[in-house]
Amino acid sequence: MHPVSGPYSQSDDAPVGSPERIQVLSVRAVSRVYRMGEIEVIALGGVDLDVFEGEFIVLLGPSGSGKSTLLNVLGGLDRPTQGRVIYRGVDLGGFSEAGLTRFRRRHVGFVFQFYNLLPSLTARENVALVTEIADTAMAPGDALELVGLGHRMDHFPSQLSGGEQQRVAIARAVVKRPDVLLADEPTGALDVVTGITVLEVLAHANRQLGATTVVITHNAVIAGMADRVVHLSGGTISRIESNATRMDAQELSW
Amino acid sequence: MKALDRKLLRDLAGMKGQVAAIVLVIAAGLATFVMSLTMIEALKRSREAYYERYRFGHVFASMKRAPRSLAERIAEIPGVARVETRIVVEVSLRVAGMNEPAVGRLISVPELGEPVLNRLHLRRGRQIERGRGEAIVSEAFAEAHGLTPGDGLHAVVNGKFQKLTVAGVAISPEYVFQIGGAGIFPDDERFGVLWVGYEELAAAFDMLEAFNDLSLQRMPGSSEEEIIRQLDRLTEPYGGLGAYGRRDQVSDRYLSDELAQLRVMATAAPSIFLGIAAFLLQIVVSRLVASQREQIAMLKAFGYTSAAIARHYLMFAGVIVILGATAGVCGGAWLGRSLTHIYADYYRFPTLDYRLDAWVAAAALGIGLAAGLGAVLTAVRRAVALPPAEAMQPEPPPAFRTALVERAGLGRLLSPVTRMMLRQIERRPVKSLLTVVGIALAVAVLVLGNSMKDAIGYLIERQTAVLQREDLTVTLVEPRSDRAARELRRLPGVLHLEPFRTVPVRLRSGHRSRLLALSGVPPDSELVRFPRAGAGFLEIPQEGGMILSAKLGEVLELGLGESVEVEVLEGKRPRFRLHVAGFSEDLTGLAAHMDLGALNRIMKEGPAVSGARMRVDAAALEGVYGKLRGMPFVAGVEIKTAAIRKFRETMEESLLTMQAFNIFFATVIAFGVVYNSARVAFAERNHELATLRVLGFTRGETGWILVGELFLLTVLAVPLGWMLGWVFVVLSARGMDTEFYRIPAVVYPSTYAVATFVTLAAAGLSGCAVFGRVRKLDMIGALKCRD
Repeated sequence: MHPVSGPYSQSDDAPVGSPERIQVLSVRAVSRVYRMGEIEVIALGGVDLDVFEGEFIVLLGPSGSGKSTLLNVLGGLDRPTQGRVIYRGVDLGGFSEAGLTRFRRRHVGFVFQFYNLLPSLTARENVALVTEIADTAMAPGDALELVGLGHRMDHFPSQLSGGEQQRVAIARAVVKRPDVLLADEPTGALDVVTGITVLEVLAHANRQLGATTVVITHNAVIAGMADRVVHLSGGTISRIESNATRMDAQELSW
Repeated sequence: MKALDRKLLRDLAGMKGQVAAIVLVIAAGLATFVMSLTMIEALKRSREAYYERYRFGHVFASMKRAPRSLAERIAEIPGVARVETRIVVEVSLRVAGMNEPAVGRLISVPELGEPVLNRLHLRRGRQIERGRGEAIVSEAFAEAHGLTPGDGLHAVVNGKFQKLTVAGVAISPEYVFQIGGAGIFPDDERFGVLWVGYEELAAAFDMLEAFNDLSLQRMPGSSEEEIIRQLDRLTEPYGGLGAYGRRDQVSDRYLSDELAQLRVMATAAPSIFLGIAAFLLQIVVSRLVASQREQIAMLKAFGYTSAAIARHYLMFAGVIVILGATAGVCGGAWLGRSLTHIYADYYRFPTLDYRLDAWVAAAALGIGLAAGLGAVLTAVRRAVALPPAEAMQPEPPPAFRTALVERAGLGRLLSPVTRMMLRQIERRPVKSLLTVVGIALAVAVLVLGNSMKDAIGYLIERQTAVLQREDLTVTLVEPRSDRAARELRRLPGVLHLEPFRTVPVRLRSGHRSRLLALSGVPPDSELVRFPRAGAGFLEIPQEGGMILSAKLGEVLELGLGESVEVEVLEGKRPRFRLHVAGFSEDLTGLAAHMDLGALNRIMKEGPAVSGARMRVDAAALEGVYGKLRGMPFVAGVEIKTAAIRKFRETMEESLLTMQAFNIFFATVIAFGVVYNSARVAFAERNHELATLRVLGFTRGETGWILVGELFLLTVLAVPLGWMLGWVFVVLSARGMDTEFYRIPAVVYPSTYAVATFVTLAAAGLSGCAVFGRVRKLDMIGALKCRD
């Protein structure tokens, strides 16, 4: 199933928050420094975080706090300057570029703020883009049904509203039943109503498919949906809150 | 179909205008490639088949008079397979409907059966019959005079008119091009080949049981040089004029030179076209990769490998190349077939063997793919190297600085829009430079395409008005004393006359040698001049010493002041050495000139002349012709205006046909380059332009950013294009440099003007097309979408 070998076991019924929670991703003393011309920008400065199976985590913080960098490092899009990222017991640092590509292909689904759909492909084809290279994918149509777009599968992105485009993007992210679902400001470009619909879809995917979900936002209201809320500022984690109960997206308002 | 392939097709469809432009340029390049190559191959095959079937000789030799028994000794030379002996004489011909005398080369053929070598291909009529005064006439001459079997014409034989009846019309591998007498170019009207029965010819010229010309075929693997050496030794006692191989056989040499020139065009034009296509692909794919930065990042984030992404963008270029190559190969084959027919008619080949070889098609595709994929490699590498995380961020605003003009303090004179335009050009100097180079190439191709006419015009002007200024050239049957010249001088209407003496010689320098006529001309000649490199003319040295065509110096590898061995091939056949006193930058033929008196002294003869050049009062030309025709010692008369006309026709037929295609394709390129540059500029600036419109700039002001940039780059490109064009012209002139003529590197201002005009028109039309897009700019849409 998961070709990344390592001493991990999979337990589908371990309840969230229970002591036997399984670590999907562990970040240890990770920092990421960007060199921009002559100055060094410290995007992450020594972060530790464990992400558990099936969890819904919200990364909260102002812009420049390192949210996106952390998300990219978690998803194997970027490598830390220092520290380790461990996926189910395996250090991603030991992976080549091709290894990271395989890791992303098999285990990670991404949702981006600006959807990043291919404008020349229909909704179904955008989703098919992923199913064609994944091993355990569902049918593109099913994924689109899951996000409530079963009736607009053959529309091009230019014929879809922003919310619909983001739902296609989510369908594309979940269609391969990813182990990890990462979303960077998925509602950032959307109005409230549409944003809520999109969040519902994300939460739905998280619950229904059991994908460990990490969502970036700078909108504190969304935090209510999460199992845990990780606050970042200045490239470090300032605090982590756990919600006893997750709110439904419908209950959110901003 | 895979989703990524679908994207490929839709991306292609979305850019169909640009894709079509590139496809067209590639097709143009590969079409010229396929056309020229298949045509050259077809002509070569047809020539080989012709030579083979009609037994074209390998070695040729002429002499004064040799007994037929000599043929047996020649056949015994090791390596000789077959020998054909014959009588060849040149006579003055009188043909109905033509005032001027024509030169006829009479060649003997057996009265019964066919010649062993250099057989005739009868086009019409039949072989000659014994003792009936019949002749077979070369097709070119027959066509020029409308001669058909049964017609008659007159030859001046030993001062008397003798009637010949046309039995048949034929072609011969020996005279694919009919070049004779003093001419350098085929002149089918004034020079004709006639085949007549051996016995009749022998009787008329006192050659019974003798011959004065032979041709032989050698066995495979034998040494031509050795056979020529032995042949010269055997024919020397009989006034041998020196044997030579096919390389020096005029018709074959001319044909080979023409094929070599076609080959230059076959390589030069496609290289330029493919270079431009590669350049266009490069800008289009770079632009594509830049605009799809986030799409690439997304694909990578979802686990698409670098190889898959590289393949995707290479396929983009690949599809365009394959479309272009398919169109190019099909179009090229069609053009090649049509042109081969035109050329084969022109060369009068009996059979034509055209085919599109698989290797030519494969080579065209391979070259196209190599150029296309090579061009997009950097862009594809950039796409592959894009780190997925960074690409997810919107592209940072590009770094701009104030433009040079502004830094020079002129900024205040410029509108903000003009400033944006200038900064844009300066910010991406490489891209701006590439656009300039692309447009310049279009100008250059147009210059090259039109320069051939200039060159021919210049060549004619130079050779006739400046270097050879006579109206008429008269050649005598035999060298005579200068009394003949005085007699000619007395003809009414002759304004100026200069006698000349020509002696058949072989010039030797080391292992290199050439057979040619050494000409003696009077000092201070007004009619023949020898241009020196640079400017001015050379003086004929009084004390011996030759002036050689610069090309002859090159052929014989001679330097100034070096001495050459001269073997005279007539009379007492003296041998001596002469030094090279100068090189004449003439444009046609290979010539060696010296002082007339000095030549007479070396030949140990009195003031002998072989002919005369004269200037004649235009009103008296007719009278002079009439008088010349009546003079038994006159062998031939060449009229310069007729020769010029003929030359122009010849050049136009053979070279300008190809040239016309090049001009058409060059125009396609000019449009392709400018249109693509404009479209890419528009796509890149879509956003910026929409913003300006939103801010309240008018369509005109907004359009000016694009059109103004295009205009500025075009203006910069034009002079560069002139320079590049000149370089192309010089390079192609080098490829056209043959022993028959040198195509000079000449470009007239009108050619530069036409190239400039066509390019500006292309730029103007492209500008209009882009301007139309500015008018339709979707302001809100462009601002919403983050491209």
